[in-house]
Amino acid sequence: MLNKFDIQIRAEQEYAVLETAGYLNDSLGEQLSKKAQELIEKGYTQLVINLDKTALINSIGISILIEIIEALDERNGTLNFCGLSATQERTFRMMAIAKYAGIYPDEKTAIANF
Amino acid sequence: MENAVLMDEVCLTIPMDHDMELVAAKTGSVLAELNHFNEEQIEEIQYAIIETCINAFEHSQSEDRKVYIIYIRRADELECKITDNGVGFTPEDQHNSISQRQGIHSDMRKRGWGLEITKTLMDEFDIESGENGTTVSFIKKVTS
Repeated sequence: MLNKFDIQIRAEQEYAVLETAGYLNDSLGEQLSKKAQELIEKGYTQLVINLDKTALINSIGISILIEIIEALDERNGTLNFCGLSATQERTFRMMAIAKYAGIYPDEKTAIANF
Repeated sequence: MENAVLMDEVCLTIPMDHDMELVAAKTGSVLAELNHFNEEQIEEIQYAIIETCINAFEHSQSEDRKVYIIYIRRADELECKITDNGVGFTPEDQHNSISQRQGIHSDMRKRGWGLEITKTLMDEFDIESGENGTTVSFIKKVTS
């Protein structure tokens, strides 16, 4: 299991989608955070993080996702997640992430629910 | 935790290096597949192994910088025993560590979730910790 990771960004007028691929650990998390911060600084306050191609996440990676939620909170923004596995969703709900960010099955629904 | 017929025992030692927890998780995943766990259960086992290994990497302060994993595959379950030779911890240590890691929302703390995640995802869970190290044991049972 090589940990090849990648982040694709699709920025539209009203929102931006960050799609991760690979193990979401501290390394990928830091890169994701940097890209999310760049988008926030450009004025984006509606972000989707699509985890469909991320099979595994560790709690350090999740802590970085929480930092992105907090950064958007400060600007009255919204973060919606999509593409989570059942275990990932269960973990996110346990960590109260579902209270402060949206969780949707796919990208289209995540975008429609801003 | 030893009530079923033993089928296989696999031992693995990993260094406390970046992403080595994936090696432990992958090994657990292969053994779980052999035991006919479903996809979701295999993922849960991987998460439990990853979180337990990361805890050892971050907090054990072990001099040998290694984690020792025993996988015990029985007819209807997989047990993992994950050991470090570090300084051990007490429930107070864990509470203090969690208290220092609050974010903006107190119920959405950033760190200190590893053991809780593992406990939630597994069917049985146990910790033995002392001045010579810590062993976290957990069992996932095969369910249809």
